[in-house]
Amino acid sequence: MQRFYEVMFIVRPDVQDEDLDKLIAGFEATVTNGGGTVRSTEKLGRRKLAYLVRKFSEGNYVLLTMDADGALVAELERRLRVTEQVIKFITVRMDEEQKRLDKIKAIRATKKKVSPEAPVPAPEAPEAPAEAAQASA
Amino acid sequence: MSDETTQIAPAAAAPRAAAAAQAGAPAAPGARKFFRRKKVCKFCTEKIDSISYRDVNLLKQFVAERGKIVPRRLTGVCTTHQRRLTRAIKQARNIALLPFAVKY
Repeated sequence: MQRFYEVMFIVRPDVQDEDLDKLIAGFEATVTNGGGTVRSTEKLGRRKLAYLVRKFSEGNYVLLTMDADGALVAELERRLRVTEQVIKFITVRMDEEQKRLDKIKAIRATKKKVSPEAPVPAPEAPEAPAEAAQASA
Repeated sequence: MSDETTQIAPAAAAPRAAAAAQAGAPAAPGARKFFRRKKVCKFCTEKIDSISYRDVNLLKQFVAERGKIVPRRLTGVCTTHQRRLTRAIKQARNIALLPFAVKY
C-alpha cells in the first residue's frame, strides 16, 4: 500500500555540502530500491535548533517527500537512526491531509463556478456611477 | 433598479445598526471594563486549510513566550483548527522547530 509521506531530518551542522548531497542521494536510493518513489527532496538550509540536540544548536534541515509503503518507511527510519550524521528526523503521513485539502479545493472550485453565473448585478453596477455622474453634472 | 437597491440597502442596514446601538447602550457603562473584541478563528476567516508543522511563523503565533500552546479561549481558534494546530505544534517541537520549553 503506497502512501504519501513526508520525512524531515536534521543533519549535523559540521557536515560538508558534498557529504550532505551524498547522504541525501543515499536515502533517495533506499527509497527507490525499496519500491517507493521520491517526489521531491529539498534542502531547507541551516537553521538554529529550538533546543540542543546531541549538543548541537544548529542543523541542516532536509525535507524528503515520497510515496512508500510501511515496510519501506520502517527501513528508511532504521537507516536514519543508524546514520550518525542525522541527529533528528520525523516522518509524517500526508495522504489523508492531502485528500482533505483536495476535497476543500474541489468544493471551493464549485463555489467559484456558481458566482460567475450571477452576473446580474455586474451590468447594473456600471450604470450607477454613470447616473451619479449625470446627477452631479 | 440600481437606485432602488441602493435605497433599500441603507434602510435594511439601519435597523441593524439601531439594534446594535440598543444592545450596546445598556452595556455601555460596564462595557469599558469588560469590553472584549469578538474573537474569531484565524484559520476560518483567512481560509488557511493546511496547518503544517513546517510553517513555523504561523505556529509561533499560537505558542506563548514560554513555549506553551495558547489555549483556545485566549486565541479564539475553533475546535477543529485548534486540534490540527496542536498536532502541528507538537510535530514541530519534535523536529526542533519549536521549543518544548524555553529556559530563562
